[in-house]
Amino acid sequence: MSRIQRAFSRPSRKALIAYVTVGYPSVEATLNVVSLLAESGCDLVELGIPFSDPLADGVTIQKASFQALQNGVTPAVCLDVARQLSKRVDTPLVFMTYYNPILKYGHETFCHDCAKAEIDGLIIPDLPPDESQELETLTQKSGLDLIYILAPTSTNKRIRLAAGRSRGFVYLASVAGVTGARDELPPGLGEFAARVRTATSLPLCVGFGISNARQAGQVAGIADGVIVGSRIVNLMGEGSTAGLQSFIKELRSAIDQ
Amino acid sequence: MKKEMLPDARGYFGAYGGRFVPEVLMPALDELEAAFGKARSDPAFQSRFELLSRDYSGRPTPLYFAEQLTEHCGGARILLKREDLAHTGAHKINNALGQALLADRMGKKRIIAETGAGQHGVAVAAVCAMMGMNCIVYMGEEDIHRQSLNVFRMKLMGAEVSPVTVGSKTLKEAVSEAIRDWVTNVRDTYYLLGSAVGPHPYPLMVREFQSVIGREARQQVLDAYGRLPDCVVACVGGGSNAIGMFHPFTADKEVKLIGVEAAGRGLDTGKHAASLAEGRIGVLHGTKSYLLQDSAGQIRDTHSVSAGLDYPGVGPEHSHLKDSGRASYVAVTDEESLEGFDLLSRTEGIIPALESAHAIFHAAKIAKSFDRKQIIAVCLSGRGDKDIGVVAAAKGVKL
Repeated sequence: MSRIQRAFSRPSRKALIAYVTVGYPSVEATLNVVSLLAESGCDLVELGIPFSDPLADGVTIQKASFQALQNGVTPAVCLDVARQLSKRVDTPLVFMTYYNPILKYGHETFCHDCAKAEIDGLIIPDLPPDESQELETLTQKSGLDLIYILAPTSTNKRIRLAAGRSRGFVYLASVAGVTGARDELPPGLGEFAARVRTATSLPLCVGFGISNARQAGQVAGIADGVIVGSRIVNLMGEGSTAGLQSFIKELRSAIDQ
Repeated sequence: MKKEMLPDARGYFGAYGGRFVPEVLMPALDELEAAFGKARSDPAFQSRFELLSRDYSGRPTPLYFAEQLTEHCGGARILLKREDLAHTGAHKINNALGQALLADRMGKKRIIAETGAGQHGVAVAAVCAMMGMNCIVYMGEEDIHRQSLNVFRMKLMGAEVSPVTVGSKTLKEAVSEAIRDWVTNVRDTYYLLGSAVGPHPYPLMVREFQSVIGREARQQVLDAYGRLPDCVVACVGGGSNAIGMFHPFTADKEVKLIGVEAAGRGLDTGKHAASLAEGRIGVLHGTKSYLLQDSAGQIRDTHSVSAGLDYPGVGPEHSHLKDSGRASYVAVTDEESLEGFDLLSRTEGIIPALESAHAIFHAAKIAKSFDRKQIIAVCLSGRGDKDIGVVAAAKGVKL
């Protein structure tokens, strides 16, 4: 069982997954926040490797990525951050990034270095299963879970493809759209999750647009995990540790109810 | 023959191309590919496209023997394929019309597009006005400043011009923003991509609708001179006019194909947009191709005096043509393109777009290495009215 799968192994507990952009607002802040997230109730943390052209991201993560790049963050820096974090926390860590930085780094070297840094998985929004064969094989050799994203527009055929090849969990984008805080859950999310359920026994985690405890509670009723990104990145930008901590606790208790 | 088979079923031209997009768009690309495949083999679609190409766009465009320019250069006979005379002033209308007809067939009434120089934006705005479609054009703020005439033209034809204020505020960001819109509104929106880039089937579609340039030019040279040209020259940003000009000649091995990229302030300054000359294989905006990037895989900022060439990537088929050696690619600086601009204006009374001026400069430069019986055909992809402000500023003239 991979560390990611273990995060879903308690039947009564739904997973809370946090996203942070590495190096936003500073590398120091990333290093400090992950323990706080873990202690406040997160079961898994996505570390975003910033990319210059994040076309699946809304304004919040675009700005955070831009700032992180200004701060000199590269995939090598992110790997170093991951190495340090793995020593501090038990929480599984997953890299989320676009394909070009990985392609440039080199598939094999990247997978090898991820495994060495005790990264548990990869999420790559612009790498659908149709294009990922080589990287997928290498992730498996390195013990990394390559997690695919599905969208409400996904046909049943594509659901079978992506869910069939995903490892660790399946990432459901709640809406057709980019990342970013939204107030309401889209209608049809339950039906979408049910369609994916028929194709896989992997845990299903829902992200994109989840920014408050009420939504998190609702998602916990439908899926196995709740992914929150932009709102956390916003709070990181404000530099309010206490605010972030209480937000995570609110999410945790809404999910547990 | 093998050439005709490219791209393959997965949208690859050799090692380049493919579909690197968020999952949310994959079903839409499947749908688009199927609709394009049907339209392509439907005589009704083809005849509507041909009729409007003739009566709306003004095709065929002439192939003009630039006698004074030829005289001035003292070598090969220089012929200009006059895409600058097409409706809206550039070759962009060919693809805008073809794809808008396809969107119409697919029942999509909301059209989005990106634009750099504004030529594609203007062409899409025109076609949408003509077909009663809603049109939103994403354009970098920097380009909005340097191409204000085209912004106004788009608005006159009822398009909404949406400024993009992030990053370099040029074409690259406009494409990203258009993709974000498409990701969000994919169910009722058609993304009318204007260059030979993007995920499959866009590079194929753009080539298909732009190949009319090369088909006409090839026949026109044959009709007038009883032989093929020795050399074909076109500017390359994303590469739509170049692929349209090159494609019908690719099987004619004796015809040399030369693409001209933007060397900006010089290749050694880092301030340029010459992806094929200086780029490395990478993935941006849905396709794998030569790409200007740093050692960490971040996309580099580009520079060119011409907004239409100011892009860090290039169509995947050009990458393949470069690797296979079928086409060669050179780069021309801002300064040289301004020389090309002046040269054509003075010798022929034709003011070229700054993009096309890159191709003119290179053709003029190499003409003397050919003898007088030889022929160079240049794609004059657009007219230069939109660039008057930029050129005046470069000359220190206040208008």
